[in-house]
Amino acid sequence: MSSTPRDPAAVASAWQELGDGTAPPPKTPSSKKWTRFILPTYTTVFVLYLVVPIAVMIVFAFNTPAGRYNIKWEHASLDAWRNLFSFPDLSTSLKLTLEVAFLATIFSTILGTFIGLALGRYRFRGAGAMNFVIFLAIASPEIVLGSSMLTMFVNARIPQGFVTILLAHTMFCVSFVAITVRARVSGMDKALEEAAGDLGADPRTTFFKVTLPNIMPGVIAGALLAFALSIDDYVITNFVAGSKSTFPLWVFGATRQGIPVQVNVMGTLLFTFGILIVVAQLLASRMRARGDDKRLAQDKARLAAAQAS
Amino acid sequence: MFYTSLQSGFIGDFHFNWHFANYPNAIKLHGDIYVRSLVYAGIVTVLALVLAYPVAYWIAFYGGRRKSVFLFLLLLPFFVSFIIRTVQWQFLLKDDGLILGPLKRIGLLPDNYHVLGTSIAVIAGITYNFLPFTALPLYVALERIDKGLVEAGKDLYASRFTTFRKVVWPLALPGVFAAFLLTFVPAVGDYVNASILGGPGNTMIGNVIQTTFLTNFDYPIAAAMSFILMAALLVGATVYAKVLGTEDVTAGAASG
Repeated sequence: MSSTPRDPAAVASAWQELGDGTAPPPKTPSSKKWTRFILPTYTTVFVLYLVVPIAVMIVFAFNTPAGRYNIKWEHASLDAWRNLFSFPDLSTSLKLTLEVAFLATIFSTILGTFIGLALGRYRFRGAGAMNFVIFLAIASPEIVLGSSMLTMFVNARIPQGFVTILLAHTMFCVSFVAITVRARVSGMDKALEEAAGDLGADPRTTFFKVTLPNIMPGVIAGALLAFALSIDDYVITNFVAGSKSTFPLWVFGATRQGIPVQVNVMGTLLFTFGILIVVAQLLASRMRARGDDKRLAQDKARLAAAQAS
Repeated sequence: MFYTSLQSGFIGDFHFNWHFANYPNAIKLHGDIYVRSLVYAGIVTVLALVLAYPVAYWIAFYGGRRKSVFLFLLLLPFFVSFIIRTVQWQFLLKDDGLILGPLKRIGLLPDNYHVLGTSIAVIAGITYNFLPFTALPLYVALERIDKGLVEAGKDLYASRFTTFRKVVWPLALPGVFAAFLLTFVPAVGDYVNASILGGPGNTMIGNVIQTTFLTNFDYPIAAAMSFILMAALLVGATVYAKVLGTEDVTAGAASG
């Protein structure tokens, strides 16, 4: 989910393609032996394997099962799409999931951006401990995080429900946002901020006009990651949800009797939205990169002209 | 902040009295399940590494201009809920489902053959769910290798295999370690696969912790169990991170 890498080779090939429509020749000489087909074929099989359950989910979203549950293929129809909200519990849980995901994304992006900035930019007492805590939060199994949050909430006498779900989601998303932003901050030229200061900008202006736009791709990537993690979380939510039910929780609970087609439809919709958002982000960052290339080329041309005269 | 949250109230939530006996009790009661979880996770991790390495290698070295497309394809499962993916496997692997049904009809498998409720189903399910976590750090490490080094190996008359063994493999080893960690740790704690795809004989430590917490409400024992799991994994993970540096590992996680 990161932005297009700006390595010179990629920029050069993109520029060449843009300039004269020719792609650079493939760099790796391939041997003539049949063995060169092994890895591509294997990769294709691997990707197909990854995609199988998704394909099944989408195909069966168009099923019209004989009974209440989606067990056997009968015939194709859009019934479930038309009656998407015929299971009130399911609809409520989806709504809760989306609400939590939106709020948790906002909170964790704000918090995580500042943590990432601090860790990427400054050396301070406790930075090592902070890094270690973030590492812990990512490296410990979800079940440990979930159970420890439950004990924490119980000890603090916070009743389980919307608030605890939101707190828990924000907590586990923060560390992912922080490392995404940290990576972006460490790659940023410190001189830019100093230059802004030298030009008389106060720290606030520097932050909003220089720092924030520069780390924005990292912040957006972190926010998308947080949203995806929050929407999908089962294990931690299961511990802290109390009597509330989110979408993954509902689906898990329904596995005992069988899953209604509506779940496939909702899964398909979430899948499609996710893909659309990421594709849009990729296209946007590619366009930005192309704009940079163009500007670079113009600068070069101007420089060359200046030197020639 | 997280660390205090991890520590608070683990021992004796009801009466805080340094009741360390919870720990030996937890191990005595569920020692075999800890071992089973570790064994399952070990098999899963090795399997995932073996399956994902060639793919990461091919994309990193021969992906060319379509690299990002392949990476995107590797990430596709993340766009579908973890639970839904697992449920779809349950559906696929059913006794008369899309995979076993036809095989039984043409007589390749005996009629009473089943996969669901066995350790095969659980291990396959966890492997499937964590494959992208294995593939991405491997890819990141392989991608970073200077292709000139491989060329140099060839120029010095090393065979392809020798080049791989002497140049690529050692250079990508940090990626293998990161992938190992990122697959093994969540795999040990996973209980969704075990409860959807497995049977009573395949319970993992996650299932026990979950039941003890949420069904039996025996917080002290459950907390002790979860603390043992965390301590064991974190000691391993910390040693790992001290040796290899946390940035690499977390960077691998971020690219997921």
